[in-house]
Amino acid sequence: MELFTLFITAVLINNVVLNQFLGMCPFMGVSKKSSSAVGMGAAVTFVVVAASIVTYVLYKLVLDPLNIQYMDLLTFILVIAALVQLTEMIIKKTSPSLYKALGVYLPLITTNCVVLNVALENIKQGFDFVQMLTYSFAIPIGFTLVLYIFSTIRERLDAAKTPLAFKGNPIALIVAGIMALAFSGLAGLV
Amino acid sequence: MNRRENFTAGFIRENPVFSLYLGICSTLAISTSLNNAIGMGVAVIVVLILSNVLISALRKITPNEIRIPVYIVVIAALVKIIQMVIKAYAPSLDTALGVFIPLIVVNCIILGRAEAFASKNGIFDSALDGLGMGLGYMFALIVMSSIRQILATGILSFSNPFNIEQTIFSIKIIPEDYIISLFSQPFGAFCTFALLAAAVAGYKNYKVNKAKAAAKEAK
Repeated sequence: MELFTLFITAVLINNVVLNQFLGMCPFMGVSKKSSSAVGMGAAVTFVVVAASIVTYVLYKLVLDPLNIQYMDLLTFILVIAALVQLTEMIIKKTSPSLYKALGVYLPLITTNCVVLNVALENIKQGFDFVQMLTYSFAIPIGFTLVLYIFSTIRERLDAAKTPLAFKGNPIALIVAGIMALAFSGLAGLV
Repeated sequence: MNRRENFTAGFIRENPVFSLYLGICSTLAISTSLNNAIGMGVAVIVVLILSNVLISALRKITPNEIRIPVYIVVIAALVKIIQMVIKAYAPSLDTALGVFIPLIVVNCIILGRAEAFASKNGIFDSALDGLGMGLGYMFALIVMSSIRQILATGILSFSNPFNIEQTIFSIKIIPEDYIISLFSQPFGAFCTFALLAAAVAGYKNYKVNKAKAAAKEAK
């Protein structure tokens, strides 16, 4: 039950994009088409879960016993960079069309704050292994959900009449604001 | 492009936040008060200048294939140092900014400038570019946080980051009955940002149209 609450909180209430403002770059960049939004969500989910497991184990088994916790940022970012490279290679081999659609945003997962934030948060909150797994799975699920909803709205937005200055990103940001308002209504869920 | 143009480009025309959409995460999240904005701005400026200088100094001996990992290690080390310094001397700022200090590592502005500028230019120019871009980022943060703080609390205040008790200034602008507390919420962040970005886009359009009209007249 506790794990379920943790999951729902991370997906809906404390949503990573709309409440914590993390991962804005891919949120704005890859949300123009709903198919690439789902692909991006899947890639981020894979990287976050894998990176969380590796960094958590590294922290508990290497950094903590050696008492060099201050090396956390350096270690984590290197692990993440290596994993993103790996994901890129896998996607390139298995789905060239998705690889093309994601474009520059795929290597940019390295600098996606979601990944580093989850790795740091796992340590800071003092999660045990199962809680860590639940949390690091829930966060990218929340990311994918919001990214997908947002991309479907943006597809309709293209056809809408908007003032010239608001075309593109500014009107999309207003949409994101209204979505944040809608999601804040879920705060009483848990 | 001469040095002065390079330096001033970061403010409006190539403002990293409102016009290039870099580093939006931290801009949206921490722009709730002027204190946070200035603290974060200074931290980013310091990291940006130091990383630009180091990367520019290392640019001749860095093999091209592994340049991104090299940049990331340099930036992560610098950010960790800054984080430790802030924790030691300004603990209240550390709690207010929270996870966004370590997340400076993944701030696109820093890696972007390393790749686009510092890896190709000399040390002095790179330092100047870091300062210009960093000031552009801080300028954006200050504008956004002032608007949000005034609308959400009615007060614009700034207190000494090293000693939170000491208030440097505090001006009451909007009476308490008329404040909109929604602006301290995520909705306010997105809307303020959207309006400012639209203003910058509108300004750019105006400039382009004016240049076009002038070209037509010359014909």
